[in-house]
Parts: sequence; structure tokens; C-alpha cells
Amino acid sequence: MNFHNKNSIPPKYILLILTIVCLILIGMSYAFEETLTPLRYITGVTITPMQKGINVIGEWVGDKLDMITDIQTLQAENEELRNRLDEYQTNNRINLSDAQELDDLRELYELDSRYPDYEKVAANVISKDASNWFDTFILDKGTEAGIQEGCNVMAGNGLVGIVTEAGPNYSKVRSIIDDNSNVSAMFITDSSLCNVLGDEKYMDEGYIRVEHIHKEAEISEGDELITSNISDKFLPGITIGYVSNLTLDSNNLTMSGDVTPAVDFDNIQTVLVILQLKQDVEEEE
Amino acid sequence: MRRFLIQLLIILICFLLQTAFFRYLSLNDIVPNLLLIPTMSFGMMRGRKEGMLVGFCSGLLLDLFYGTIIGPYALLYMYLGYINGFFHRVYYMEDILLPMLMVGANDFVYNLIVYVVAYLMRNRLEISFYFLHVILPEMIYTMAMTLILYKPLVKINRWLKRKEEGSDAG
Repeated sequence: MNFHNKNSIPPKYILLILTIVCLILIGMSYAFEETLTPLRYITGVTITPMQKGINVIGEWVGDKLDMITDIQTLQAENEELRNRLDEYQTNNRINLSDAQELDDLRELYELDSRYPDYEKVAANVISKDASNWFDTFILDKGTEAGIQEGCNVMAGNGLVGIVTEAGPNYSKVRSIIDDNSNVSAMFITDSSLCNVLGDEKYMDEGYIRVEHIHKEAEISEGDELITSNISDKFLPGITIGYVSNLTLDSNNLTMSGDVTPAVDFDNIQTVLVILQLKQDVEEEE
Repeated sequence: MRRFLIQLLIILICFLLQTAFFRYLSLNDIVPNLLLIPTMSFGMMRGRKEGMLVGFCSGLLLDLFYGTIIGPYALLYMYLGYINGFFHRVYYMEDILLPMLMVGANDFVYNLIVYVVAYLMRNRLEISFYFLHVILPEMIYTMAMTLILYKPLVKINRWLKRKEEGSDAG
């Protein structure tokens, strides 16, 4: 108990000391970014395997929950299929996770043949940012697999985001739907440039924003947006999404609109990380 | 020492649940802020000092793992824990209503500060939208989780107390 202990420091002094410690840490991470990376590595390397472990349980529960909703809709929609459904339910339970994996791998394979030029590595998503304000996540592979800061990340048939930090066995990805994300893009139809911005506000409806489209660009709704050549971080030609709701901005010079991302951000399990960086590709040329 | 280790373990479990496990149980992409629960509970059960330390450790873990800058979350959680410590006096163990309200209030303050620092500063002004779509759902979800997690935390605290009293006497 505290009153036994004559040496104990009053809480407000500890608060003061820790506040100063925090402020110093904040200052240090601004001023000398490199000095604190070992600290991050230690947490990254120790925590990642634990998250991986707990994911096994999470996946199992998630699978079960998904399956309950799936079955409910099926029953409502197809009365006649109900008997059959029951019959296959037991088998389904066992096969569902296998099938999921197969789907993911098939998708990855298709993707692999579509962008053959870049060297890629497949990785699993193991955890998400703890706050509900940002969209960053952690992959289970890092520098040991060749991933480094600035690598582009894809899934399904489109761009997911960019690696912002890589440790030995993990890497942190900022997705293009993150509120801080800004990707230079162009239209596949007439190569006019624009910016794709992540926006928490529209993400609920499944959109991100596209801005700074030239007023006279010859584009129509549903056109495909790809990463542009002029970006210094993103490799050119990766699908971002499809545009809709184009409106003229109040400045009467540019248009903006919504983009439906090509990737389903709600269920990302496996992604492809492109090992080549944009800078390297440019240097080779 | 034992208390300290167990508290660290609780923080770690909440952190893992929040970042990895609840990914699969997110409602409309909203995950409960589980780390606030031990921060609030130990603040209320043990006073300012421990609330502050638990908060500091929780925040630091988040900073190290997810932040680009180390310190802001540690600072935020620490102050929340400290402030909760003031309610140590009006608290008694069987009551679940006060902890739930406290966690709701904590989560509101927490998200409001995150919003002001990370969103308002970038000219995202629609606070009512963010309140309805991020803050409120997170508050409700976190409060619901408190209902489940608070009782075990009280039990752990009681057990720790008994152990400590035992060793004091002996």
C-alpha cells in the first residue's frame, strides 16, 4: 500500500516526468527519425508473431460469423435449395477455409500474369491500425523477403497502398483509402492526370475521391484510373479504380469525382508486394 | 512486481485483441478501443498513479507499433488514466454503470482529440459526420466490451490485492 511506502513519489510528479519523456520522444522522432527505429524493430519483431497467432483464432470466429449470415440469406432467397444446403453444410464447413485460400491464390496467380514485369512477393495481412481513423495495416513479411520502404502493394486486380515501414519480419502499409493518402493517377482513356485522395468520410460508402481533373478531359463515368507516370512513389499502370459522380469544381477549371477502388478493402487477406521501387525502375531505364 | 507484470500482460492481450482479433469482428469497419478499458479500470480501482502508468504503457505500445511519431498516444492515454484516477474515491467495485459511462466519456475525449489533431488540422471540418460515423459507434462498441471485460479485471485486481496483503502480513 502506498501509505506504507515513504519513498513513493506523488503521482503528479510522475505525470510531469512522463509528460516530459513523451515530449522528448515526440521531438526526437521529428528531429532524428533514425535513432528510434531500433525501438520500433524490437516491438515489431516481438508483437508480429503474437498477432499472427491470434489471427488463427480470429479467422476461425470470423469465418463462423460470415458463414451464419451467408446461410441465412441463402435460406431466405432459395427455399428449394435448403435441403441441399443442409446436406452440404458439414462438408462446406471444412472446405470453406480451403476454398478461400484457393481463391486468393488463384487471384494472385491471375494478377501475376497481368503485371509480369515486376518482381513480387505474396504476403498476408495480419493486423490493422488500432484506431478507427486511419487505414494502415501490417504484413507478415519484411526486409528478409526483400520488402523495403516505398514498395507498392497490390491485391486482386488493383493498387492497395505503399509500404511505409519495413522491419525484418513485418512491414507497415498505408492503404490508398487512408485519409492521408494521395496518389497521382491518370485516366486510361485519355491519359489526363489527376489526384486520388483517400477520405475517411466517403469510405463507408466504398468511395475514395479524385480531384484536379482538367475540365476538358475527355472522360466519362466508369472509366478506369491507373497510377500515372509522374508519381515518384507508385509504379505506372496499376489499376486504382473506376470513376463516377463527376462534377465541375467551383473554380470552373477542374473536375472532381468518386472512385470505386478495384480492391475490396473490407476483406483483404493476401496481397502482392512489388519488390521494385519506382526510383530503381527509373534508374534502369 | 507481480502486479506490474500482470498489468503488462493485460495491456498486451488487449492490444492483440484490438489490432488482430477484432479485425474479424469489426462492425462496419469500427473496432472497439479495448486499450481504454484497462486504463480506465486501473485508474478507477487503483488511483491516479497506476491509471497513468497503464495508460502510458498502452499508448507507448500503439506509438511504437503503428505511429510514425513516438509519444502522442502515450501522452493521451496517460492523461486519460490519470484523470480516471480522480474517480477512485467515488468508485466501488460492484457498480458497472460508472465504469461504462467513464469508458464512454474517455473514448469520446480520446477520439475528439485525435480528430482535432489529425483531421481538423487538415481542414476536415465536418465534425458531425465524424461523430456519427466514427466516434459514436466506437463509443458504443467499447462500452459494450467494457460490460464483458470489466468484471474479470475487477477479479484480477481483487486477487492481486489479496496476494499483496498476504505477503505484507507474512
